[in-house]
Amino acid sequence: MNAINPGDTAWVLICSALVLMMTPALAFFYGGMVRRKNALSTLNLSFIIMGLISVQWVLFGYSLAFASDFHGLIGGLGFLGLVGVGAAPNPDYAATIPHLAFATFQMMFAIITPALITGALVERVRFKTFLVFTLLWATLVYDPVAHWVWGVGGILRQLGTLDFAGGTVVHITAGFSALAFALAIGPRKGFGKSPMEAHNIPYTVLGAGLLWVGWFGFNAGSALAANGIAVNALMTTNTSAAAATLVWMLLSWRDNKPSVLGIVTGAVVGLVAITPASGFVTPLAAIVIGAVAAPISYYAIQLREKVGLDESLDVWACHGMAGTWGALATGLFATVAVNSSGANGLFYGNPGQFGIQIVSVVASIAFAFGVTFVLAKVLDAVMGLRVSEKEEAVGLDISMHGERAYV
Amino acid sequence: MTKKIEAIIREEKLNDVKNALREIGILGMNIHEIRGQGRQGGVELTGRTGTYRVDLLPKIQVNIVLSDHNVEKTVETIREAAQTGNTGDGVIFIYPVDDTIRIRTGERGRKALTYPGDIDERRAGQ
Repeated sequence: MNAINPGDTAWVLICSALVLMMTPALAFFYGGMVRRKNALSTLNLSFIIMGLISVQWVLFGYSLAFASDFHGLIGGLGFLGLVGVGAAPNPDYAATIPHLAFATFQMMFAIITPALITGALVERVRFKTFLVFTLLWATLVYDPVAHWVWGVGGILRQLGTLDFAGGTVVHITAGFSALAFALAIGPRKGFGKSPMEAHNIPYTVLGAGLLWVGWFGFNAGSALAANGIAVNALMTTNTSAAAATLVWMLLSWRDNKPSVLGIVTGAVVGLVAITPASGFVTPLAAIVIGAVAAPISYYAIQLREKVGLDESLDVWACHGMAGTWGALATGLFATVAVNSSGANGLFYGNPGQFGIQIVSVVASIAFAFGVTFVLAKVLDAVMGLRVSEKEEAVGLDISMHGERAYV
Repeated sequence: MTKKIEAIIREEKLNDVKNALREIGILGMNIHEIRGQGRQGGVELTGRTGTYRVDLLPKIQVNIVLSDHNVEKTVETIREAAQTGNTGDGVIFIYPVDDTIRIRTGERGRKALTYPGDIDERRAGQ
């Protein structure tokens, strides 16, 4: 019988709150970047997921992700309704905190991941269809991939994949699902003809700032204990964000002027990239991981614009690409000197780990992209993904919610 | 006869123009916040990556209705106060006005446009 450690439990509860805060933070991050007629709609796409997925998680989401295994692909039905998930620790996941604390902390990840995708479908998605999509996506994409990587018996966990806080489970799945959804729903009306300017960049700065703070819960909380690994994760998280912020500023400056929208985007990209690595790498490695993430996402955005794809708020470029880089970088920079329950990466004499990371990345991308694309196409045929042209022209605040953001 | 002056000026020049007009005794005016484009053709702004072009720029439109004989002096005053010498300084339109009615008193025409300390009173005093 494992004893509950009050320090660890307190830390995980605090981190659960910090991670939940990231979803409204994301709402503001995205909400500032759309046009004013879609401000409320965009904020709501993130906010409503706190309602929708919290209930899904309690009813069956947690069970599908973390209950006893079905062929390494998905969890079982053992934790339906969180029955039996209580004060006693589950040593498979976290030996020193109540099992319910682990399930709570994980719930916050399940909430923010589909919220990340909303950046791809803003200003044109039909709200009713979006709700159905999100529920099905969480069940068919998030819960299985969380099981693959983190669940006992999950195929990628068996393989030895390192994903400290969700670079693969959260950012790769969200980023590439966003890409698939953008292809399925098509561009906003008038996209490419006139600039679709961010209507309130201060919202976006506010959102990015709160994301940075919340990310300490996301990454340092993933140690699931108040220990040295949590401290390392917090330090590497901050360091990577800082490096990416500075590099993005320089890239923007070289092209014109140091854009504030760009600078705060750089911070988020640095946070994304360090996520899988944060508990396995040193602060010096975090500087490299953040510094390299910035140009990857920066030029991914330019490429996306060049091919004329309306993946509106660059979820793929920022989360998909920086997440992929982070997952691969974990296979380069990980060292058991930081975390003895991790592994060494390529730069510490273990090229095999890099191979494992590649396999995990490819599998997650293929699964997330494929399932999301099919799901979006099916929903388009059954319910329609988009609002009507008229509703889109008026704006989703009025046409979907009958409200306006500013009076 | 009365005329309307519609001056499209830079946002940052509004205070200069207002103060210069007050000095010559033009006190009544109203303004619109507008967006427009002329020969300047917009500006480049920085985006998340790279730049994008914004063609319609924010400007201020100052509206003044006054008697014919005060038009030239007023136009000169606005021009002097609003000019920087760069493209984007704006433009002034002048229209005839059929009539003016002061709602409080029902006065019409020039009577409705005059008030104590205005440009005509100042000129008469000179």
